[in-house]
Amino acid sequence: MVRELTVISGKGGCGKTTLTASFSALARNHVTVDADVDAADMHILMNPRIMSREAFHGLNVARKNDDICINCGKCYQNCRYGAFDPDNTLHPEKCEGCAVCELVCPVGAIEMVERQAGEAYISETRFGPLVHAKLHAGEEASGKLVAVVRSRAIELAEEKGKDLIIIDGPPGTGCTVISSITGVDLVLVVMEPTLSGMHDSMRVIEVANHFRIPSVVCINKSDINPENTQKIEEFCMEKGIEVVGRLPYDDTATKAMMENKTVVEFPDGALSRNIREIWRRIEKALQ
Amino acid sequence: MKITVASGKGGTGKTTIATNLALSIDGARLIDCDVEGPNSHLFFPGPMEKLKDVSIPAPDFDLEKCTYCGKCSDFCQYNAISVIGEKLLFFEELCHGCGGCKIICPFDAISERGHHIGIIENNNDRSLFHGRLDIGEPFGVPIIRELKGLAKNEGVTIFDSPPGTACPAVEAMRDSDFCILVTEPTPFGLYDLKLTVDVVRGIGVPFGVVVNRDGIGDDRVERYCIEEEIPLLAKIPNDMEIAKAYSRGVPIVEALPSYRDLFRAMYDRIRGMI
Repeated sequence: MVRELTVISGKGGCGKTTLTASFSALARNHVTVDADVDAADMHILMNPRIMSREAFHGLNVARKNDDICINCGKCYQNCRYGAFDPDNTLHPEKCEGCAVCELVCPVGAIEMVERQAGEAYISETRFGPLVHAKLHAGEEASGKLVAVVRSRAIELAEEKGKDLIIIDGPPGTGCTVISSITGVDLVLVVMEPTLSGMHDSMRVIEVANHFRIPSVVCINKSDINPENTQKIEEFCMEKGIEVVGRLPYDDTATKAMMENKTVVEFPDGALSRNIREIWRRIEKALQ
Repeated sequence: MKITVASGKGGTGKTTIATNLALSIDGARLIDCDVEGPNSHLFFPGPMEKLKDVSIPAPDFDLEKCTYCGKCSDFCQYNAISVIGEKLLFFEELCHGCGGCKIICPFDAISERGHHIGIIENNNDRSLFHGRLDIGEPFGVPIIRELKGLAKNEGVTIFDSPPGTACPAVEAMRDSDFCILVTEPTPFGLYDLKLTVDVVRGIGVPFGVVVNRDGIGDDRVERYCIEEEIPLLAKIPNDMEIAKAYSRGVPIVEALPSYRDLFRAMYDRIRGMI
């Protein structure tokens, strides 16, 4: 049975990718997934060699043939996303692909056409396979692309006999987050002891609870506000969530990133030891 | 004037720049469009009060009239309706509220009701508005659209955008007079900045860059800005005092008043560019 772990935080910039890349360096028989499809950074640390790529088609988009259009205004009246002006001019970038305009057009001037919204990749890295993707700028359906990379990772894990999938999640609580955590075995929430970090991580823990996924917490930059760190620990205690580690602010993370390396590959220090210990605890929680 | 503060990468300091800029301009209004994780209110005094609920239309099925013909389910582009035999399943979270099922139903079995997806709140003096997506709801764009309508007719409105380059971020940036792109001088920061530059160039809004936590990496972002002829609006140093104030919810311009000049100068520069 393949186990799945997703690393999320609610707020961005809490250290998700830094930690996930280190876990990927420490894990032994696994597939890594970068599910932050609209600002994917994992490839910077993992230097992937792309082995295969596939086009990702999101939702279809409306296309209007102005030679047939009789300017009846039905498309404008029925579109709820503002994709048509009152003079029936179509703005494809506002189209959400619902196809209502195609349905109501009396003369067949509108058809829904496929559009490539991104690309998904299977790559080889020094830490084993990486499944990642690139969503074209401004595209919809990023949750759907996350579902694509996750299913490719499961296929790959089954094919290659891997027993773990480590997923670097996106920020927020919306469609991409929901799509990266549904059905996984464990969620690691990286929390920062700042008011905004706490606010957002507590929201994302609620999302995990909503979908009945167990979570554990790691506190990053724990020394920038010891009082808030204390509050996070109390919150976790109350909710019965295990705190798998506390990482003080350490510029080693940035130094390693500047050399395109993970922290645990960088000359050994306190941060690296700490991350190894956290990984040991997560492996245990995953069993 | 509408200024949007955006960044591809999360946690680069969008909220820091947006709140401090708003607090440095007399009478400015701040609208926090990061409906999945609104944080600006943590830096403003006083409580937020509910202005309104945000709902999208969702179908209501009259099972007396329904013949389970499956036309609605075939039509729905979001797979929100499934008809199996004499059973109809509706997945509310997948529904985008387009109204297509109601139009296509031959038996008039579908009407519409509101499906709650979030709320909009504001503070006492209406200097801050934000939206909040309900837990478990995937699509925040309808809330962002409503928030965009709360911009001031006169004076300055600043929008704090959600991270990323997908639809919620684009919705926040669209129709702005200027975009401030916040980044870090690191490989992650530069890579995500380039993605955001593509988006904002595509929308056709003038923009400039703010380098936050200057000193943690190198000068790669500055070199990129020079090559691409992108104005560098400001550099905020990597200062432990700023991080500590941030962690407590105190704006930089209050904790370290000397930074007021930096934010005022940034505003003057933007005004000169549009």
